[in-house]
Amino acid sequence: MSSTARHTTDEPAPSLEDMPLVHRPLPRWAPYASVGVAAVIAAGVLAVLGFGPVRFVLLTLVLFAVTLYAASRTVEGGRKATDRLVTIAVAAAFAVAMLPLVSLLWTVIENGIARFDAELFTSDMRGVVGPGGGVLHAIVGTGLITGAATIVSVPVGLMCAVYLVEYGRGRLAKAVTFLVDVMTGIPSVVAGLFAYVLFVLFFGPGVRLGIAGSLALSVLMIPVVIRSAEEMLKLVPNELREAAYALGVPKWRTVVKVVLPTAAAGIATGITLAIARVIGETAPLLLVAGFTSTTNWDLTDGRMMTLPVFAYYSYTQPGFPPEAGQQRAWAAALVLIIIVMGLNLSARVIARFFSPKTGR
Amino acid sequence: MTTPATTQAPDPAPPRNPPSPKTPRRRGDRIFSGAASAAGVFILLVLAGVTLFLVRESLPTFFADPADIPGGNGFLSYVAPLLFGTLLASLIALLIATPLAVGIALFISHYAHRRVAQSLGYVIDLLAAIPSVIFGLWGLFWLARRLQPVYAWLAEHLGFLPIFAGPASATGRTILTAGIVLAVMILPIMTAICREVFRQTPVLHEEAALALGATRWEMIQMSVIPYGKSGVISAAMLGLGRALGETMAVALVLSVGGGISLDLIGTENPATIAANIALDFPESTGIDVNALIATGLVLFVITFFVNAAARAAIARRQEFSGANG
Repeated sequence: MSSTARHTTDEPAPSLEDMPLVHRPLPRWAPYASVGVAAVIAAGVLAVLGFGPVRFVLLTLVLFAVTLYAASRTVEGGRKATDRLVTIAVAAAFAVAMLPLVSLLWTVIENGIARFDAELFTSDMRGVVGPGGGVLHAIVGTGLITGAATIVSVPVGLMCAVYLVEYGRGRLAKAVTFLVDVMTGIPSVVAGLFAYVLFVLFFGPGVRLGIAGSLALSVLMIPVVIRSAEEMLKLVPNELREAAYALGVPKWRTVVKVVLPTAAAGIATGITLAIARVIGETAPLLLVAGFTSTTNWDLTDGRMMTLPVFAYYSYTQPGFPPEAGQQRAWAAALVLIIIVMGLNLSARVIARFFSPKTGR
Repeated sequence: MTTPATTQAPDPAPPRNPPSPKTPRRRGDRIFSGAASAAGVFILLVLAGVTLFLVRESLPTFFADPADIPGGNGFLSYVAPLLFGTLLASLIALLIATPLAVGIALFISHYAHRRVAQSLGYVIDLLAAIPSVIFGLWGLFWLARRLQPVYAWLAEHLGFLPIFAGPASATGRTILTAGIVLAVMILPIMTAICREVFRQTPVLHEEAALALGATRWEMIQMSVIPYGKSGVISAAMLGLGRALGETMAVALVLSVGGGISLDLIGTENPATIAANIALDFPESTGIDVNALIATGLVLFVITFFVNAAARAAIARRQEFSGANG
């Protein structure tokens, strides 16, 4: 509308027929051309001010936005120009979010690869001073603690989801739904404190046990399992349940034999993602599982090292020489990232290849 | 379709009163539904337990001699700077993450090609998968170093603003850096919720706007934003809840000075509650542990209410929004 207004002020009195309803659009190559122009100008400016890759990209982006906006405004009018500007801004927002992801992965790989060797996986830190040593004890600890947390969380979470979808009616179900949502937001460090105060009741102050770490992780994991399992159970078509009831199948067998198998792939995806979520938790394990340099296979006896805690300690207290400890920290971070990404990837694979064929 | 009571479509549960008194309730059914309900009640018990135990272990703090509390001036003056730091870091994170999350969500829901949109969503979700301790290492090793010259420049040229008063930290490990790392960490959940809300915009509204000649941005302004506004607000609150409780990233990135200071780029950075617990807990004994647990209780209560408010807003939106069906 503003463009028509502008036309009326420019020219004295154009008849309605003369006013253009559509503007000529910019040619399709216009955005590419303005990127080129922007890059050339940016390179020129930075040749004077000093070159840097980040500066170059930023300046190019700004100049690109300005050129395209100006070109579009003169040819296509203000509304189209704003539209193009917003498109650039929105795409730039996405690119900005990619920046930390890429640089983080790159940093971890670059620094972690130095110690990503066989010794890392075959030895622990007992008696290691300076270079050498490995994260075997941390891998064992992470595996045991997360495994125990999974064994607790999956049945509880699954039954709770069954309750919410199949049985829950009325106030209790509403309260549970709401609190599960709120529980997903419990800070992990608070879950750690909870596990600590619970175990202090039985073992006295200063307790550090692997199983306490499992408890803390369960508190974080159960709501995630419930939420994802609930979503999946809701997707199971009611016709399947009705068909089972019509055949005289009791409700509990319907749930166990019909509903859960149909949703199995989705539930497995959810559980895998939940494991990936808690396997990198550091704070609760720092509080209740502690840290040690020897391999501990017993959840109920003494301190237990885990990968994230190992990464934290070897980076902040690297010992001497500091490079050795920091390299171990990055290597542990790399192992952790590989595990987490692997879990995420397998979750996607499960979801894609084993999803139920509901015929919808 | 003669309907026995059990086949009413939206309600697969058997009715409370069985249709005929002859139908026996099978033992398997009783056990199974009992177990399911028990799991539901268990969740309530866990939350109640968390609250109860934290309160129980916090109580000694309030009755102890103020001189014994870390800092020596009682619990309130111990927790105040921590609370300030927590809120400040989360606020910075929120200010950075909200516009970015809205932009990314719009990009995925309304700009990107439909075929790649889902993969782009996965990529953003990958950010959520990275453990917080690795974000901390990255912030400490990569980001802080690169931000330090920026801070020096800000202190030199914008030093008249209290938030950039300086002198700039020599390491770059300031509350602003911590806030930026937190912003990256809460970005995925905020994006996910915004995306979900934007995608639910009634297609008819969008098409009507486009048919009236609106450009894509005008269409978004007229149909998507008004429809999704409440969703964006609850996404921001959920992000706030995450940022408040985030521990390891802050513990690693922030170089704590301890005071209450508005200077975002200096050396007098206040710690956050969660990071303080992670840093001090392993070496604490006696009443110090109780004090830390009490700060944890404060954090728990705050995040509980923030999350509850966010979830309540989302739930209400789902109930009353006429366009969902």
